[in-house]
Amino acid sequence: MPEPPVPDAGTPGTGPRSVGATIELEALTKRYPGSALPAVESVTLDIRAGETVILVGPSGCGKSTLLKMINRLIEPTGGRIRIGGEDVTDMDPVRLRRTIGYAIQASGLFPHMTVAQNVALVPKMLRWPAARVRARVEEMLDLVGLDPAEFHGRYPRQLSGGQQQRVGVARALAADPPVLLMDEPFGAVDPITRDHLQDELIRLQRELHKTIVFVTHDFDEAIKIGDRIAVLRERSHIAQFDTPEAILTHPADDFVSGFVGAGAALKRLNLTRVRDIGISDCPTVSVDDPHQHIVDKLRSGGTDEVLLLDKRGSPYKWLRRGDLMRAGGSLARAGTPVHDTVTRDATLRDALEAVLTDSTGRVAVTGRRGAYEGVVDVETLMNSVHELLEADRLEAREAQADIEEQRAAQTHAEQEGFFGGEAKT
Amino acid sequence: MNFWEYLGSRHQQLLIDTYQHASVVFQCMVVATVLGVLIGVVTYRSEWAGNLATTATSTLLTIPALAMIGLLIPVVGLGVPPTVIALTLYGLLPIVRNCIVGLRGVDPSLVDAATGIGMSRPARLARVELPLAWPPILTGIRVSTQMLMGIAAIAAYASGPGLGNLIFRGIASLGSRNALNQVLAGTLGIIVLALLFDAAYVLIGRLTIPRGIRA
Ligand SMILES: Nc1ncnc2c1ncn2[C@@H]1O[C@H](COP(=O)(O)OP(=O)(O)OP(=O)(O)O)[C@@H](O)[C@H]1O
Ligand SMILES: [Mg+2]
Repeated sequence: MPEPPVPDAGTPGTGPRSVGATIELEALTKRYPGSALPAVESVTLDIRAGETVILVGPSGCGKSTLLKMINRLIEPTGGRIRIGGEDVTDMDPVRLRRTIGYAIQASGLFPHMTVAQNVALVPKMLRWPAARVRARVEEMLDLVGLDPAEFHGRYPRQLSGGQQQRVGVARALAADPPVLLMDEPFGAVDPITRDHLQDELIRLQRELHKTIVFVTHDFDEAIKIGDRIAVLRERSHIAQFDTPEAILTHPADDFVSGFVGAGAALKRLNLTRVRDIGISDCPTVSVDDPHQHIVDKLRSGGTDEVLLLDKRGSPYKWLRRGDLMRAGGSLARAGTPVHDTVTRDATLRDALEAVLTDSTGRVAVTGRRGAYEGVVDVETLMNSVHELLEADRLEAREAQADIEEQRAAQTHAEQEGFFGGEAKT
Repeated sequence: MNFWEYLGSRHQQLLIDTYQHASVVFQCMVVATVLGVLIGVVTYRSEWAGNLATTATSTLLTIPALAMIGLLIPVVGLGVPPTVIALTLYGLLPIVRNCIVGLRGVDPSLVDAATGIGMSRPARLARVELPLAWPPILTGIRVSTQMLMGIAAIAAYASGPGLGNLIFRGIASLGSRNALNQVLAGTLGIIVLALLFDAAYVLIGRLTIPRGIRA
C-alpha cells in the first residue's frame, strides 16, 4: 500500500484527507541518565497504516516513554523510528511533531486560549490561510461532537472534563496528521464519560483511518478500541502483540493472563456484536392495526406473545394472551412496556445484560431511528457464547501446539549449531 | 504659611518634581522589567542558575539605598546616572523572583503538550509559558514599583530628580518656616503617585491577563 510521505501531511490543499501511515520501531531504546536499567529496552514494533494499536502494561513499564519517542518528545538513546517508510530518527523534531497528532491525559489544553484558538494552533503553525483555519476549527469541533457556535469562544475552564478531552482530540487532529499519539487520554474522566469518549474515538477512527498509538493501563479500554494490543512488561519488553481476541483467548504467558485478569470469558463477549449472531423474528403488531387484528394475532396458534410497535415502528410493549382482556380491551393499559433495546452494533455483553434484566428473556433489536428489526433471546445468546468459547479454546490449543512445535524445532536447530530465532541481546 | 498656602505658592515646582519622580520610576521599571524577565527566562530552567539569580538580586536589595548611591557616585558621577542604576538594580528582585517562580509553576503537562504539538522553544515560551506566568510577573512588577517609589526619594542625595529633593531640603532646614511643609509635600506626593501607579497596574492586569486564567 503506498504511504503518504510524512512532510506532505497537513500541507494546505483540498482533496482527500490523509489516512494513516505505517510506524516502524526498530530496536528502540531509552536509557535515562543516572538510571542503571533502560526505561525502554530494544523495542521492535511494526504498526500498520490505519490501525489502532494500544500499549498496555503496568505503571512504570515505559509506555509513555515509548510513545513519546515516536514524536521525539523523548530522544531515543538507540534504535530507529520510521513513519510512512521515512526514517524520522534524525529529522527536525519540531517539523516532525507538526505532522503527528498528540493528545494527553487531562487534555493539555492551554487555559489562556479559547477552544477555537487551541484547535487552530497547529494549522496556524503550518501557515494555513486564515479562512481555511477558521473553517477547519468548525469542522473539527463538529467532528468531535461539540457545537461550534456554542463552544468556539469558551475557555477550557468553562468546559467539563469530557468536553475538554474532546477539544484535545480536535486539536490533535486539526492539521490532519496521518499519525495520532494518545497518552491515557481518557484517564482523568468518570467511567460513563470515558465510555462515551471511547465510542466517539471508535466512530472517528472508522471515518478517518489514522494510525493511532494509544497508551492505557486499562485492559478493558484496550480491548474495546484496539485493533491490536501490545502488552508490555518491565522495560517495555513486548509480552504479546496481537489482536484483542487472540490475547483474550490465548495469552502468551502468565504475565499476559495476569494482565488480562479474571473474567476473560466475559470480556470475550465485548468482542462480538449482535450482528454476528442470529437474530430471530417474532410476531409484531402495530398500534395502528385494527383492534380485531391484534386479538386475532394473539389467538392464532404458535405464539403466546407479540411485540407491539408504536407509530414509528419502534418496539413499545410486549403483549401476552389475556393481557388485553385483563386491561378491559385498552391497548394503552395492556402489556409490559419495553425497557431496553439493543442495536446490531451492541456487544454480546450489552445484549446479555438486556436479556437478563428483561423478564421476558429476550430483547428487541432495533435499526435506524429505533425501528424494530428482530429479537435476540436468551437461548440464542447462550448458544452463541458457548460456540464462541469452544472455537476460541480449539484455536488456543492449535496455537499452543504450534508454539511447542516451533520451540522444538528451534531447540533442535540450536543443538545443531544454528540459530533458529533472532539473537537476543 | 500653612500647608495649603505652601502648595498653592509652589505648585509649579511641585508638579515638576512629581513628574520627574514618576518619570524616573517609570523608566527604571521598564528597564528592570525587561532585564528581570530576561534573567528569569534565561535561568528558570536550571535549578542552580535560577537560585543564583534570585540570591544575587536579593543580595543587591540588602545594600542600604544611601550606601548604594554613595558607592555609585564615584563611578558614574552625580545626577541621573546613579539614580537610574540604583533604582533598576533594586527593582530587579521581585521581578526576577516572580518570573522564575511563575515560569517554573507552569503545569509541566502543558509544556509537554506545547512541545508535543510542534511548538519550537521560543514559540512555546512566548505563546504558552510567559502568558501563563504573566500574573505573578505582573505582581512582581507592582511590588517593585511600590518599592522604587520610596527608594527614588533617596536619589536626591546624589542630586537626582524627583520628590526626594523636597524631603532632603526640608530635613536640612528643620526648624525653618517651610521645612515641615516641604517634607510633608514630598511624602504625600510619593504616596499619591504610588496609589496612581497601583491603579494603573490593576487596569493593565485587566487588559493583559487572558480571560481564561483570570482569577
Ligand atoms: N525524565 C525521567 N528521568 C528519569 N527516569 C524517568 C524519567 N521519566 C520516566 N522515568 C522512568 O522510566 C520508567 C518508565 O516511565 P514511563 O513514564 O514511561 O512509565 P509509564 O509506563 O508511562 O507509567 P504510567 O503508567 O505510570 O504512566 C519509570 O521507571 C520512570 O521512573
Ligand atoms: Mg505514562
